[in-house]
Amino acid sequence: MSGGVPMSWYLILSAILFGLGVAGFIYRRNIITVFMSIELMLNAVNLTFITFSYSLKQVDGHIFSFFVMVVAAAEAAVGLAIILTVFKNRETLMIDEVSSMKY
Amino acid sequence: MTALIFFIFAGIAVFCGISLVAQTHPIASALSLIGVMGSLAILYLQLGGEFIAAAQVIVYAGAIMVLFVFVIMLLNAGAEGTSLNVSQFAKYAGIVLLAAFLGLISFIIQATLPKTESVVFGAWDGGTAADVGRKLFTSYLLPFEVTSVLILIALVGAVVLARKEI
Amino acid sequence: MNFLILSLIKAAIVAGVLLTTLAYLQWIERKVIGHIQLRVGPYRVGPHGLLQPLADVVKLITKEGIMPANVNRLFYLLAPFLAVSLALISISVLPFGPQITIGQVTTYMQLTDLSIGVLFVLAVSSVGVYAVALGGWASNNKYSLLGGLRSSAQMISYELPLALAVAAPLLLVNTLSFREIVEYQNGFWLGFIPRWNIFPQVLGFSVFLIAAFAETNRVPFDLPEAENELVAGFHTEYSSMSFAAFFMAEYANMVTVTAVATLLFLGGWKAPFPEPFSSFIPIAIFGFAGIIAVFHGMHPARRKDKYTLPAAGVVFLGLAAIFAGSLFVPMAQTILMALFWFCGKVLFLLFVFIWVRGTLPRFRYDQLMRFAWVVLFPLAMVNLLITALVVALESK
Repeated sequence: MSGGVPMSWYLILSAILFGLGVAGFIYRRNIITVFMSIELMLNAVNLTFITFSYSLKQVDGHIFSFFVMVVAAAEAAVGLAIILTVFKNRETLMIDEVSSMKY
Repeated sequence: MTALIFFIFAGIAVFCGISLVAQTHPIASALSLIGVMGSLAILYLQLGGEFIAAAQVIVYAGAIMVLFVFVIMLLNAGAEGTSLNVSQFAKYAGIVLLAAFLGLISFIIQATLPKTESVVFGAWDGGTAADVGRKLFTSYLLPFEVTSVLILIALVGAVVLARKEI
Repeated sequence: MNFLILSLIKAAIVAGVLLTTLAYLQWIERKVIGHIQLRVGPYRVGPHGLLQPLADVVKLITKEGIMPANVNRLFYLLAPFLAVSLALISISVLPFGPQITIGQVTTYMQLTDLSIGVLFVLAVSSVGVYAVALGGWASNNKYSLLGGLRSSAQMISYELPLALAVAAPLLLVNTLSFREIVEYQNGFWLGFIPRWNIFPQVLGFSVFLIAAFAETNRVPFDLPEAENELVAGFHTEYSSMSFAAFFMAEYANMVTVTAVATLLFLGGWKAPFPEPFSSFIPIAIFGFAGIIAVFHGMHPARRKDKYTLPAAGVVFLGLAAIFAGSLFVPMAQTILMALFWFCGKVLFLLFVFIWVRGTLPRFRYDQLMRFAWVVLFPLAMVNLLITALVVALESK
């Protein structure tokens, strides 16, 4: 069980996941996939919090991460309800077509 | 041993992340996101956060993603087609630039952090449920109560938004 | 012994016993429901129908596995695999007995003692919802989709009272590890009432059991897979081994949930009577049952069961002899008594599950959801609040 992993690798993994989340947020056109990219970004941030909590040997990072999860749950609930309403009114899930207020 | 587990689950996480962005069908993206969350839970276990790993699986992978999967199934979301007014060149150039940017960030991170910090499974055991609970209900009591009100607001809002108008 | 080899041996024993139990649980269910409905149940295959599970396994394996057209193959095949593997994984943190020493090996009667064992079981049951939802959606069939969505909505709605009912004894016990929860329930009040968690937590136990019925999709909450309502719901399009996988997953979930109820509320492997008497109870029960079976079986006017009833009597007397013999070997006595009480309690709760299936009609879907949110969830909250109040006042 010897040989640890340098802490920077966890932060690099977190940065990669965050970058992938941003890419998904910008590229994809389906509202639900855009939402899931936001959740991916939140997960990457959670990993950063837990890594620094390990490094500083304090449990506060875990608590922040817990609050991030709770807020993500609340946001997912309301966001999906909004998506359901948008679908009911516009009959589409592509964000390019929800553009009636564009110039 | 720690390094082996890290590489396996970090690889799974990155693979599922790329699959989330690249798949056309939303259900496949949702399952990839569940894969990311599961492998992140294992990484939290390695970092000594056993309560937060269990909370990740119960709350994130077991409740929030179920909500996503429900909505995708209810709305019968189909696979996304290619759009006509987005330049394909920009898409491929973007992928290359994203890879370059992530490589640059990785290099900067591992250059600025001290090399002596290493993560060994079991080196820190301060992330148990008792420790998290103690901090949560003493130092962070106000944010805890505020988030419970926040969830109540979200609950009422979601029910109001999604109900059927009779 | 090497930790890895020991764990592999324990895993092999647990897996073997569990899979046999799942097959014979189905036999027990069909027999009990048959007798509730004044008929006999499976009777012909083997003595008293005992080889019926074997015949069922052979049938299910050799049946043609039909994959419908236009299904998403990956998810169609993933769903039963996920169901069965998750149902079997959650058994790995449940303890069956105390620490034992065989030869030079000292080990717990448990595959692994996680310090967050309760959270692990809750997490695995949360992820088990996906197997049902994916199975229903991937079948490309309206009835399956509807059944899958209803079933998963029911499972996540009832997870809430389940988790709250589990949280109340955790307030009393102050730990999340199953082994320590059972060790807390040691001892007796007034010398003869066992210190089980069910006595302070009667409401919690009832809420847990009702939520467990709904979590495992059993009657009276089995509308999503009812044959006459939804053409078998989410597993309509599955045949042969995939169907067998869903079936096994349902029984494994039942075993898990009753085992968790036993560990949390009924004192795990602790005997309900004080020590000198509790060693004689299994001998008395098996001896008595054996004598009655042999006596009635050897009656000359008996026409049916002429050979199987005396044979069963002889088996019971043999078990009584084993328990009596183990009185002289302390380590064997520990193992046998722990297994007897744990399996006895789990089998009793499984009998309650089967009994309810033969007795109650099923809920309509909206009645079911209303029951979860309007009745069970407030009851579980009230139980938790009262427990918290009593614990806080007691610790002053």
